[in-house]
Amino acid sequence: MAIFINKESKVIVQGMTGSEGTKHTGRMLKYGTNIVGGVTPGKGGQSVIIEGKALPVFNSVAEAVAATGANASVVFVPPKFAKAAVMDAIDAALPLVVVITEGIPVHDAAIFYAHAESKGTTRLIGPNCPGLISPGLSNIGIIPGDITGPGRIGLVSKSGTLTYQMMYELRDIGFSTAVGIGGDPIIGTTHIDCLRAFQDDPETDAIVMIGEIGGDAEERAAAFISEYVTKPVVGYVAGFTAPEGKTMGHAGAIVSGSSGTAEAKKVALEAAGVKVGKTPSETAALMRAILNG
Amino acid sequence: MDLFEYQARDLFEAHNIPVLAGAVATTADEAERAAATMGGKVVVKAQVKVGGRGKAGGVKLAVDAADARIKAEAILGMDIKGHTVHKVMIAQAAPIAEEYYMAILLDRANRNFLVMASVAGGMEIEEVAHTQPEKLARVGIDPNIGISHEKALEIVKAGQFPAGVVNDVADVLLKLWAAFVAEDATLMEINPLVKTEDGRIIALDGKVTLDDNADFRHPTHEDLVDHASANPLEAAAKAKNLNYVKLDGEVGIIGNGAGLVMSTLDVVAYAGEKFGVKPANFLDIGGGASAEVMADGLSIILGDTDVRSVFVNVFGGITSCDAVANGIVKALEMLGEKATKPIVVRLDGNNVLEGRRILNEAAHPLVQQLDTMDGAAAKAAELAAK
Repeated sequence: MAIFINKESKVIVQGMTGSEGTKHTGRMLKYGTNIVGGVTPGKGGQSVIIEGKALPVFNSVAEAVAATGANASVVFVPPKFAKAAVMDAIDAALPLVVVITEGIPVHDAAIFYAHAESKGTTRLIGPNCPGLISPGLSNIGIIPGDITGPGRIGLVSKSGTLTYQMMYELRDIGFSTAVGIGGDPIIGTTHIDCLRAFQDDPETDAIVMIGEIGGDAEERAAAFISEYVTKPVVGYVAGFTAPEGKTMGHAGAIVSGSSGTAEAKKVALEAAGVKVGKTPSETAALMRAILNG
Repeated sequence: MDLFEYQARDLFEAHNIPVLAGAVATTADEAERAAATMGGKVVVKAQVKVGGRGKAGGVKLAVDAADARIKAEAILGMDIKGHTVHKVMIAQAAPIAEEYYMAILLDRANRNFLVMASVAGGMEIEEVAHTQPEKLARVGIDPNIGISHEKALEIVKAGQFPAGVVNDVADVLLKLWAAFVAEDATLMEINPLVKTEDGRIIALDGKVTLDDNADFRHPTHEDLVDHASANPLEAAAKAKNLNYVKLDGEVGIIGNGAGLVMSTLDVVAYAGEKFGVKPANFLDIGGGASAEVMADGLSIILGDTDVRSVFVNVFGGITSCDAVANGIVKALEMLGEKATKPIVVRLDGNNVLEGRRILNEAAHPLVQQLDTMDGAAAKAAELAAK
């Protein structure tokens, strides 16, 4: 088992015929992800060969689902057209939509998030995220597949490269699923959604949660951990030394006044019984101690 | 991007939100002329993107154009919380009867937009929320539904506005929402929204934040960028499309991915405590960074005179370590003798062996490689201390 994706995930790639889409479709296929086709409006009816596999291209997600039985989509469509692509996937009631695209206007994200909520049939992950991987089963997005293999740690992170770093630090133990939820101000799946899923997943023994400055998602996650999560959780928050008022790369990563500081997040997490590391390596050591304890 | 007050005023005016006459001036001469054109009393207001300018003496009433000149002279060049005043706004003075509050903002926690409206304006809204919560309406807005006329009236009534102004204030709210959507804003605040003694409702001061991700559909937003106050290194980085923030330390930082770079700043700051040094910048070269991007980044950092050592911290996901290594080699070739600072490199992930081999083979005297992030941070901090 794993969360959100497994061997049965049948994936379509929105924006597969673009350069990023083609490149990552190849990487996902190499990993063993069951890619069944792509969607590029206006290019329906074509077929492209990637990694030796002929993949049909459709004009809409609904057409792709009807023809292939896809149950997940990954979006590489550029920011300008991303909203239309995600709305198309939600309208087709696709159960999982992973939005990799970086730089989507927040008004567009607000619109597709609200649409997904009102329809109630789609789990959104992202936007501006690296996707998710259940090692050995499926890899949807851009997380490198060769860092580590299957294991019993669940990982949820706002940041892509910190996800990779943490998987690398704990590569000898392995992961059930690692989810990059993205660092934008509006995202679909949250820390809390992943914590709940990991708690309920019998094949996850312990959870690493990586946050960063900005917003109060980590504080809310801490409250959720107190009331719901009984598995051990180790936390890390990036941006202890970030100055106020400067956006640190992610559109959501900004300390404004007293809100959004790493220290406040650390305090909240520790109050919920989460062991918080000061650095990625210290965080990994905390996890190792728990699992070997 | 945060706007100056005068830019917010202009944007409000363009969206038919009632404002008073206002003009921006960068010299006392311009201020005097603007005041003369307006006639009567004016307010001279420092244009800085920080709160508390009134208390700092950055807002002054002038009785006529000659007085506006004197007030502008006093305010221009003033330092308000570390922000130098380069511009003043000359605003028509108005006799105020009442002060209200209105704002629309992105609500991250609820993942929608939030309207706040209150009859109690002119002070910090946090204070109103704390001391008179019954006077503050907070209403979430579904972006797919927006704000109807009925909804606007409902919000304004919940904010306890007096019956006599409810219609006019609701009208301002509808216009503010239209502007908020049309301009891709994440914050539009009017504080205070005033009723003048002759009964008009006017947006007297405003704060606006625009979403940079939406710039592709707003070509005119480029004109709002404040080039004068930008740090020259930040401007150079922006021109190269690099995600760079200047900080006040000595260890230059380059990494890939916002989270990893933030984490690198922390690790260097901890390691630097022993040596009395701190990170000099945030620089994220992003996913899939090419040799050119690496070279651009390195030249920006080596051009920072505060930098005494550089830490390149890359975990190759999509980014391939050989591209990063080639970028470092290429950048050092380009810079030649201008490169004089030691560079500590830690590579891991995608194609790491090839990346390390390229750097070993180049054997540049300034470059040394370490295996771990912690070890490399400590080495970079140590080198910056010398």
